[in-house]
Amino acid sequence: MEPDQIAIAERVAEQHRHHKKALFFWVWGALLVMTAVEVYLTYQNMEPVKMLTILMGLSLIKAALIIGFFMHLKYEVSRMKWLTMCSVIACLILMTIFFFPDARRIIELGAK
Amino acid sequence: MADSALHDIPSVYEPSLFGTYSKKIGMWLFLLSDSLTFGALLYAYSYGRISTANWPTPFHSESIVNATIMTAFLLTSSLTMVLAVRASVDHNAKAQTLWLLATMACGAGFIILHGREWSNLIAEGLTLPMFPKVLGHEAASEFVNVSQTVPQFASTFFTLTGMHMLHVTLGVIYLGVVALRRKFIPILLVLWLVAWLTTPAYSPFHYGAHVLLIAAIVCAIILWLKPKVYDSSDVEVAGLYWHFVDLVWMFIFPLVYLMSAKIL
Repeated sequence: MEPDQIAIAERVAEQHRHHKKALFFWVWGALLVMTAVEVYLTYQNMEPVKMLTILMGLSLIKAALIIGFFMHLKYEVSRMKWLTMCSVIACLILMTIFFFPDARRIIELGAK
Repeated sequence: MADSALHDIPSVYEPSLFGTYSKKIGMWLFLLSDSLTFGALLYAYSYGRISTANWPTPFHSESIVNATIMTAFLLTSSLTMVLAVRASVDHNAKAQTLWLLATMACGAGFIILHGREWSNLIAEGLTLPMFPKVLGHEAASEFVNVSQTVPQFASTFFTLTGMHMLHVTLGVIYLGVVALRRKFIPILLVLWLVAWLTTPAYSPFHYGAHVLLIAAIVCAIILWLKPKVYDSSDVEVAGLYWHFVDLVWMFIFPLVYLMSAKIL
């Protein structure tokens, strides 16, 4: 690596050294508990749309924990955080707008 | 604080726009593009799920237990990966290798359980036209008409979970190269032979095992052209890839398995 890159990598490594290991065990525990809650909810005979909403809500929280703590994005510079997350979320919102109204329309029209 | 600390590094070059080193930015860009690949596959699956009234619910409690253990394996592997990164920044090479091997073991456990799940579904009759026929097996009653009435179930299920399984497999190989370097190549070749010789000829894994052979050749060329000792930045970048694989599964597990669980 270039000297410049080595200096940045060493600064990033220094940031990692300041994180307490216990934090990662707490995040891991929270992820396991949320997974157990998801499996429990599956067998509660809930209405599918309600269950999907809760499951996706829990999945988004789990994703945020993984990205923030395990992938270290919480500690990156704000420019990195905003650009990465906004670009992906914008693309996924576009997919949602185009796909799902059409999928529901097929059901409402009774098409087979 | 992080912004100013990282931009204050004296340099002859322009300061890093994202406050970190180039290969980490490169990996983030790759992961962003890969998230759109998985996003498209998840949306395709969900589209089929919403627009099809008689969507099958083939996942019995054994399948859900199996998928839950797979999820626990991946979550635990993310923890061991974080500990490997921590060991690498502390310059503790032995701990770094051990945590990387633990991560690979969890990933291998995930692949084995997922392979068993696929094999059971294929044996019960949920299959794709491209898979060889399983001789001597009658399709289970719930799958007899699925290929005719809801063909998109098998195609979206196998494509989505197969793409994820391929990512996990490549992730285990990536970590193996970072942890063991050239020593990993003969291990990879042995794994290829074992996977190829022990899977029956009708199994898609019989052909899928050749991914290991291709990976062994590619890794050998890379390690021969650019032999190096991987430092903490390489371990961190490998970790980013591994956590992404875990992240994707957090959406596949509820959407594919839990929303299609067979509730008696």
